[in-house]
Amino acid sequence: MKIVVCINHVPDTETKIRVAPDAATIDRAGVNFMMSPYDEIALEEGLRIRDKFKGDVTVISLGTDANKETLRKALAMGADRAVLLKDDGVRDSYATASGLAAEIKGLAPDVVLFGRQSIDYDNAQVGTLVAELLSLPSVAVVVKLDIAADGGVVCEREIEGGHEIVHTKLPAVFLAQKGLNDPRYPSLKGIMAAKSKPIEEKPAAPAEVRVETIALRKPPAKSPGRIIGTDASAVRELVRLLHEEAKII
Amino acid sequence: MNILAFAEERGGKVKKSSLETIRAGRRLADALGGGFAALLAGSGVAAAAPGLGHYGAGRVIVVDDPKLAQHSNTAIAKVIAEVARSEGATMVFLPASQMGKDLAPRVAIKLGAGLAADCIALRADGDDVIATRPVFAGKALLDVRITTPVKVFTLRPNIFDAAQEGGDAKVEARTVALDPADTVTTVKEMKVAAGRPDVTEADIIVSGGRGMKGPEHFVLIERLADALGAGVGASRAVVDAGWRTHDEQVGQTGKTVSPTLYIACGISGAVQHLAGMSSSKYIVAVNRDKDAPIFQIADYGIVGDVFEVLPALTEELKKTGK
Repeated sequence: MKIVVCINHVPDTETKIRVAPDAATIDRAGVNFMMSPYDEIALEEGLRIRDKFKGDVTVISLGTDANKETLRKALAMGADRAVLLKDDGVRDSYATASGLAAEIKGLAPDVVLFGRQSIDYDNAQVGTLVAELLSLPSVAVVVKLDIAADGGVVCEREIEGGHEIVHTKLPAVFLAQKGLNDPRYPSLKGIMAAKSKPIEEKPAAPAEVRVETIALRKPPAKSPGRIIGTDASAVRELVRLLHEEAKII
Repeated sequence: MNILAFAEERGGKVKKSSLETIRAGRRLADALGGGFAALLAGSGVAAAAPGLGHYGAGRVIVVDDPKLAQHSNTAIAKVIAEVARSEGATMVFLPASQMGKDLAPRVAIKLGAGLAADCIALRADGDDVIATRPVFAGKALLDVRITTPVKVFTLRPNIFDAAQEGGDAKVEARTVALDPADTVTTVKEMKVAAGRPDVTEADIIVSGGRGMKGPEHFVLIERLADALGAGVGASRAVVDAGWRTHDEQVGQTGKTVSPTLYIACGISGAVQHLAGMSSSKYIVAVNRDKDAPIFQIADYGIVGDVFEVLPALTEELKKTGK
């Protein structure tokens, strides 16, 4: 089984976002980066599929040299091969998907995994764009994935207020959601081994950008409201405010 | 300039997020002086079509085909793209629901279009549109312009209004040829959790954090939620602790929500949680710690014990019948 997992290198969730002077990107100074959490779940699933069916896991990340940290972590978790598609420029989700699809196509994988979304630009679109570019089936927001030996797939995906049971067949693209598995921590042995594994570098295939940024800005600051009480006696006033002022109830 | 809006139908009803999308698409078409139509696709979906007129769809195109009895993302995307082409649509709108987010990338590729996902505002700019989308779970906003001739947008649920005006729509039936290869991926079954609304769709959310002190105390959250007809949310800490399931998790690694009212109970307000809910219209916080960051963004705060305040609030709501 040939498995590809696409992983992204993103600011960690505790980051307070500051806008850079170009008013189009974030100020990266002092920001800690990590593997996007849903991509970790995707990678864990890829490793489990490999261990069940034999084969190998290639992780691909598109971005700058900084992404090597996340690729290195993926190798430490157990990925067999890591590829950095280098691009220092600005890409929208289409351009990112095009770059990834060009590389994935050459690998002809059976299973392609993504996180359900990268937690930086939150498009939640790159995985499905890649699927369409490669004319592959896809299932998004997957919380359960069962692959049969004949390539038939039954999976469960999360929708609003419920789940869908989706059938498809390999080769296919899956977008991992929290709940699919608990990603492993890299073992000390894995971390040591990853240090000597190569990260292949190549330029990302050029692609047109279809969505241009006009401005990145902070949302209007919300001013703190009022403290209306310090115990249960405040609930009457709260209900009055919600009814008369906010007009919600 | 023509706009086509896709309407998501489930169980005979068009989802509210799609009604919002239709209303927003129609408003934009009016602002830009273009035509507008809504699209319903599936099997046995025609009955829902005329009613879409009340949300601004003067025309509704219906593709009713037994081959679509089981939802298939590839088949529906093909239908949307083909109808968009035949309508000469230069903008295609979908709700940023799980279904819409699954379809939009495929539609965009088929139409050679750029895609602006999860938009919370649309502004006519000459003949063009500037869309605003939250990034970093709402810690920042990105204003974007799609540069391709055909443009695809998905609109975040619960942001655009679905005001009713106007009469029934004119319904036009269409066919799109589908072959077996289009339905390799199909939804065989839906397991819908009965009861409370999902947090991404709920108008009111009651959410609990570590201050609830244990999974057994979430009954207080649930009772308050049921008194309000609200959805139940949870912080990452309590989901990671296994007290609640991840589909309730609000925040950067959970769901980003925009309800009218968000009641945060025993939630201190980690950066990643605040990111996921700060676009709520009204925020109420109940927490014992007066210095909790949640009070920095709450409209109304009660610095108090959730175990006293929540039952009292539930009682008060029942008593006043609100």
